[in-house]
Amino acid sequence: MRDVAVVGTGMTKFGELWGQSIRDIFVEAAQQAIADSGVDYIDSLYVGSMSPGLFVNQEHLGAVMADYLGVNPIPATRVESACASGGVAFRQAFLEVASGASDIVLAGGVEKMTDGADVTDVLAAAADQEYEVYHGITFPGLYAMIAKAHMHQYGTTREQLAAVAVKNHRNGVKNPNAQFRSEVSLAQVMSSTMVADPLRLLDCSPVSDGAAAVIVASLDVARKLNKNFVKVVASAQASDTIALHGRESITTFKAVVEASKKAYKIANLRPADINLVEVHDCFTIAEIVVSEDLGFFEKGKGGEAAKQGLTAIEGGRIPINTSGGLKAKGHPVGATGIAQIIELYEQLTSQAGPRQVKNVRRGMAQNMGGSGASCVIHILEAQ
Amino acid sequence: MITARYHREIPQRYRLEAGKCSTCQHVAFPPRPVCPKCKGRSFETVRLSEEGKIVTFTIVRVASEKFSKQTPYAVGIVELQEGIRITTQIVDAELDKIEVGQRVKLVFRRVQEDGRAGILCYGYKAIIA
Repeated sequence: MRDVAVVGTGMTKFGELWGQSIRDIFVEAAQQAIADSGVDYIDSLYVGSMSPGLFVNQEHLGAVMADYLGVNPIPATRVESACASGGVAFRQAFLEVASGASDIVLAGGVEKMTDGADVTDVLAAAADQEYEVYHGITFPGLYAMIAKAHMHQYGTTREQLAAVAVKNHRNGVKNPNAQFRSEVSLAQVMSSTMVADPLRLLDCSPVSDGAAAVIVASLDVARKLNKNFVKVVASAQASDTIALHGRESITTFKAVVEASKKAYKIANLRPADINLVEVHDCFTIAEIVVSEDLGFFEKGKGGEAAKQGLTAIEGGRIPINTSGGLKAKGHPVGATGIAQIIELYEQLTSQAGPRQVKNVRRGMAQNMGGSGASCVIHILEAQ
Repeated sequence: MITARYHREIPQRYRLEAGKCSTCQHVAFPPRPVCPKCKGRSFETVRLSEEGKIVTFTIVRVASEKFSKQTPYAVGIVELQEGIRITTQIVDAELDKIEVGQRVKLVFRRVQEDGRAGILCYGYKAIIA
């Protein structure tokens, strides 16, 4: 396989974008990415989207977006892996370029969640419909059961969960594309409305509209463009049982462990070699469990690490979710995995402004679907 | 709910029928074509026990429209005697008295109703033993 780079990025603001349709926001992000990269053509495009069929009754998103972006007749494909759809779309673009089949591929992601669908019902479609959802479980409910088990097994506290939301909101303030640019206090998180015990409203990522896109190109193309680019040094993906109850452990995401092991091996790196991470904090407990499963903290110590500030931009051991994460930046499901790549690109090319982490060389993006049944991980390196 | 879709799951929802692998004896619920442990493809039907304990649980306070009339309600992961885990509602219990590790028994109950004219959907729920 040949070396692959990210050469340009584009994204809409995340939030309630009532004035724009799903095609409007995707085209906006894709046009920005193409302009930013300076390429004058793309060989193909992938669009990650979890459930446009249920959210806005529109399937066949590859063709819709190629049409409205004005790039017919290139191949255009929608990729779906629940909340990991964006990360998996990026991986497909990476593989297509790495294989030599294409030189320049657009990887995008989009979700339009505020057009009136029963969002709780749509998101639950990422779980086992017949053996979990049938019994009334919701997505916050699944992560609440993970939180309850983690608290029971490791003594993780309510305050440690809240510390994740506080930190991510603090980072979100510095991100112009974030849905929430306001700080929250521990007390506000811990007294917000209960959604599924022990998770409260401010433990949950929001319902968002948004799109994000990046241009993936061969290293040869990247060098000729004569602008900032970052190299993709690892792409790995893993799966696990669809139902949370089917797992040997409820407090570890095995797909995260397996995908990260593969990624570290491919790049010949260890957790200590990574300078910042974007993790899939769909709920505060997810960031804690993932920070352990990626090897940054000992199992059971992720909550304490968050509370001690070890994951903050300033003075942290490993800054996590400098973008504000899903919690503050917003979580338009299919766009999330691409937005994570964009945050790494901005950090690794020193364009992250007030969020900039000093002396960063390598960043990791961890995107997952469902209650952890899919996980895709990328490691990017500054050039 | 389309009645055919509901009908297909009745052996599991009404009778807890699982698949026991003829090669490695692993029990899979619901049954599946390939044994997740040994990749075996031959199974016999067994019925799971109706007793177990709570592994973890939550109280759902915000539900989809279908379940919104039932909120707040408890849903948990229950480990049955065979070591099989299932997701089920925990009912007839005071919500603030439910605890991890509590012994439960599965009972047959109505789980959902499909609007005013649709079918009634039944299945297992857990009560404190």
